Amino acid sequence: MLDVDVTVRRGSFGLEARFASDAPIVALFGRSGSGKTTLVESIAGLVRPVRGRIVVDGRTLYDSARGIDLAPEARRVGYVFQEGLLFPHLSVRANLAYGERLVPARERFVDHDRVVSLLGLAPLLSRHPATLSGGEKQRVAIGRALLASPRILLMDEPLAALDAARKSEILQYVELLRDDLKLPIVYVSHAIEEVTRLADSLVVIADGKLVASGPVAELLGRAEVQALEGRYDAGAVIEARVARHDEAFELSVLAFDGGELVVANIDALPGEPVRARIRSRDVSLAIERPRAVSIQNILDATVVSLGGEFGAIVDVRLRVGPTPLTARITRRAAAQLGLAPGVRVFAMVKAVSIDRRSVGFA
Amino acid sequence: MLSADEMEVIALSLRVSAASVVASLPLAIATAWLLARRAFPGKTLFDAFVHLPLVVPPVVVGYVLLLAFGRNGPLGQLLSPLGISFAFRWTGAALASAVMGFPLVVRAIRLSMESIDPRLEAAGRTLGAGPWRVFFTVTLPLAWPGLATGALLGFARGLGEFGATITFVSNIPGETRTLPLAIYGATQVPGGDAQALRLSIVSVAISLAALGISEWLARRRKAEHERA
Repeated sequence: MLDVDVTVRRGSFGLEARFASDAPIVALFGRSGSGKTTLVESIAGLVRPVRGRIVVDGRTLYDSARGIDLAPEARRVGYVFQEGLLFPHLSVRANLAYGERLVPARERFVDHDRVVSLLGLAPLLSRHPATLSGGEKQRVAIGRALLASPRILLMDEPLAALDAARKSEILQYVELLRDDLKLPIVYVSHAIEEVTRLADSLVVIADGKLVASGPVAELLGRAEVQALEGRYDAGAVIEARVARHDEAFELSVLAFDGGELVVANIDALPGEPVRARIRSRDVSLAIERPRAVSIQNILDATVVSLGGEFGAIVDVRLRVGPTPLTARITRRAAAQLGLAPGVRVFAMVKAVSIDRRSVGFA
Repeated sequence: MLSADEMEVIALSLRVSAASVVASLPLAIATAWLLARRAFPGKTLFDAFVHLPLVVPPVVVGYVLLLAFGRNGPLGQLLSPLGISFAFRWTGAALASAVMGFPLVVRAIRLSMESIDPRLEAAGRTLGAGPWRVFFTVTLPLAWPGLATGALLGFARGLGEFGATITFVSNIPGETRTLPLAIYGATQVPGGDAQALRLSIVSVAISLAALGISEWLARRRKAEHERA
């Protein structure tokens, strides 16, 4: 359980945020410079707020009204920095031991061997940080933070410096941590696909202000949040369950409230909850049910509203049953189809546009 | 080749220089850390004060030391009941060379500390280490190149110290007569040229050796990193 209500000043930059979450992973989402890092630094005690309260798991780390301000070393908050920040003069083994040996034995609840095997660190132990790849560094940094037996783990854009393949590797490790160690995680990111894949709860920040907070699927349908996702990546998230697999064509069928989605085979058992993100630009619309097309997902939808009156592009908000979906089409297409609130349409989504990266395990 | 007197001069010089570095290093590290990592009122003034020996004539430094640490000086009288005395002793020569070398030592360590990402120290704090532990396990080991360079610079500077030493503790054979003082003395007596030349060669050799060691340390450090 994380309960934050802080005002932070840093030179001319100000941050005000108030949210509470008891989700396993809460994501802090916003553009660069929005104040995400300042917020996690204040949770870790590296930045002192001018006022407010920070409570982790019932333990007050900061409370200006009661004069509580624990030193960073007393907070038991694990921090994984964007660049890893391993100690360059120490071996991987010594980096891992740094925080671990400072925790009294009876307070250690993270098992050394388990962390080492979970993160695949065994082959790296005698190496020095300078010789590690970006992904390896980040795994060691996560291990180092975990072995200090933190009560919460803060991850500040841990994937920002990595290439796509390494990103997906580390994401799998983070999913393992969430499921295996049951440690609450605050995950900072400006990449929407990481957020939807990992997080259950979302805190959206822009220009030092809290824009919204709540469950991921609910927030990502909202216009003010979509505006921050960027033109290319904006989209909706659909909470679904794996209905069945089509072995012959290596496809998976996901059932959600309002219909079914066909996607390339995902690695989950039937019945498992998953979350699929569909970018607005991957959705096209038709007034009549198209026949003889390659598109595998044709969903019955109703237009809720049309966004923006100017420019070439229009975001059309839809509902597929109760589930929100957004289609990004040209203004001309919207005019040609005569789209207006209440019009029934068919939303088409190519199965291949929903890739492995867009599907997360809830 | 070298007479017993000359050997004594060389040994004394090495002892004075080494002692000056060893004794002033903790204070130099603390000063460098304050300048590199802390903001406090009067920092600019403090910084200027630390650099003062670089710009003030050495004779002035020696005279101030004499006034403060001489037998009748306030600090001299304060320390003499503790059995610490600097006046006309080799410890005074070490003090003079420590003061003169201090800005160089501080500067080298400070530059080294400033090049350390402060967030490495923050990482140490989040892992449960208090400020002191972070200083000794992160800051100091990472500042090692600056420490080594600073110590050797201070040592080499101490070997050449002349003005402050002769003003503060005079030129006493076996006690305060270091290499530069002996060389100067030799040039002042008829027929002393040969001795002055021999001691000059020795002093160049020691300086070269100090430089060589510093280079070797730097290379070993680099090799360690590459091997790692």
